[in-house]
Amino acid sequence: MTTAAQRQVLDQGDIARSLTRIAHEIVERAKGADDVVLLGIPTRGAHLARRLHRKLAEITGRELPVGTLDITMYRDDLRLKPARALEHTEIPADGVDGKLVVLVDDVLFSGRTIRAALDALGDIGRPRAVQLAVLVDRGHRELPIRADYVGKNLPTSLRESVKVKLDETDGVDAVLLGETSATSEGSTTK
Amino acid sequence: MKRHLISTADLTREDALLILDTAEQMAQVSARSVKKLPTLRGRTVVNLFFEDSTRTRTSFEVAEKRLSADVVNFSAKGSSVSKGESLKDTALTLQAMGADAVVIRHSASGAPKLLADSDWLHGSVVNAGDGTHEHPTQALLDAFTMRRHLNPGVGHDLAGRRVTIVGDVLHSRVARSNVHLLHTLGAEVTLVAPPTLMPFGVETWPCQASYDLDAALTKADAVMMLRVQRERMNAAFFPTQREYTRRYGLDVRRLGLLPDHAIVMHPGPMVRGMEIESTIADSDRAVIVEQVANGVSVRMAVLYLLLGGSEPAITTTSETHANEELSK
Repeated sequence: MTTAAQRQVLDQGDIARSLTRIAHEIVERAKGADDVVLLGIPTRGAHLARRLHRKLAEITGRELPVGTLDITMYRDDLRLKPARALEHTEIPADGVDGKLVVLVDDVLFSGRTIRAALDALGDIGRPRAVQLAVLVDRGHRELPIRADYVGKNLPTSLRESVKVKLDETDGVDAVLLGETSATSEGSTTK
Repeated sequence: MKRHLISTADLTREDALLILDTAEQMAQVSARSVKKLPTLRGRTVVNLFFEDSTRTRTSFEVAEKRLSADVVNFSAKGSSVSKGESLKDTALTLQAMGADAVVIRHSASGAPKLLADSDWLHGSVVNAGDGTHEHPTQALLDAFTMRRHLNPGVGHDLAGRRVTIVGDVLHSRVARSNVHLLHTLGAEVTLVAPPTLMPFGVETWPCQASYDLDAALTKADAVMMLRVQRERMNAAFFPTQREYTRRYGLDVRRLGLLPDHAIVMHPGPMVRGMEIESTIADSDRAVIVEQVANGVSVRMAVLYLLLGGSEPAITTTSETHANEELSK
């Protein structure tokens, strides 16, 4: 829902350019991305991971393993909310042992989602290293976590909400900044 | 909104699918090297078994441990129950000890409901089989197994699939729970039993009933053999075991009547040679061992949905998906 109070900070072109840049950075830092595994955090992180996967295929000429990692069962706020339906976890067939795992999410906020993702990953295998790619870093970290690849740093106040919309789920590509309502949801809770 | 799982008749189609879909994710955990989730850390689940059961109790225990719950096993034998303690006093004791959920099996139909409706316990109550009434998690694992073979995929139901349930329907809580759940999921159920083992009032159930096994097999997508529960029989329900096997046992000839894709199920424990021929139980048409594995996934799903959040995700009336909306 786009209300009058919401302001668009990234459009379709901006998101595409950010992802292209992140893909190049991954190849550069991983020196060819030979052992890279992309894991998206549902829902929108999973879509972004698939987009990054396509861009990396164009750059490297190879299909990198891509999957999704549901972190619901590892959240530290499970008891604070009604039980929620699980998302799909799909780990590439070769697993993550000894690989460079790049976690992909839409918004980096408190860092608690990423903490949960690191716990979930630890139960699945032992990657060589874990890196984090996010479309938007809005600040306000509650844990010592930072992203390796950031589409856009977006300084926000806690009264503001950041909403990422992607074509796959919302029919449009956009990042919106708005006022937090009483029932904040989605990206703002991360 | 309820926080208990007492009967499959209480489950809406959405709830049933939510449990099956959640179980599908839980099944992945069972395939990993670290088969453990931190989800129920710090929660205490009591397995309160007034009736012998190894399979169901172990299955619940494995599910609870995989979700990191603290597990207390309480069996009536060797406990204060054998000294004459009532269900109420047992429940009050568990409440005082801080049980977050009680998984109860009882020989009396209705005992779990009594516990759920009382104010003796504040936690969730999960029915693990009560008398000849219901065994909801068994029905859920059966439906999960059928969906995997007959209509795989998250969000899929069993619409149009035909299930034949054969044997001691009268004493079977598994059959009762399955009839309600499979009906909710859109399957057509046919119960086949000797007239003496067909429950009174079966015509009011949402299923068909027949005495002729051969006719029911030819169109079945799944056939579920039930154990003849001699321990519950207080009269002669059929002349001899041989007679029963000849008319209602699953043998090689009858297996040939089934469509090629049909699966053979049994809730266990099996009496080999009586309701099912041993070679069939061991054949690749039988999914009996798979049912046991699926039982853990389904019970993990139920425990997570009842206990994982501040309030259960399972609704029992259609009033509510506000809960799901909130969680998005």
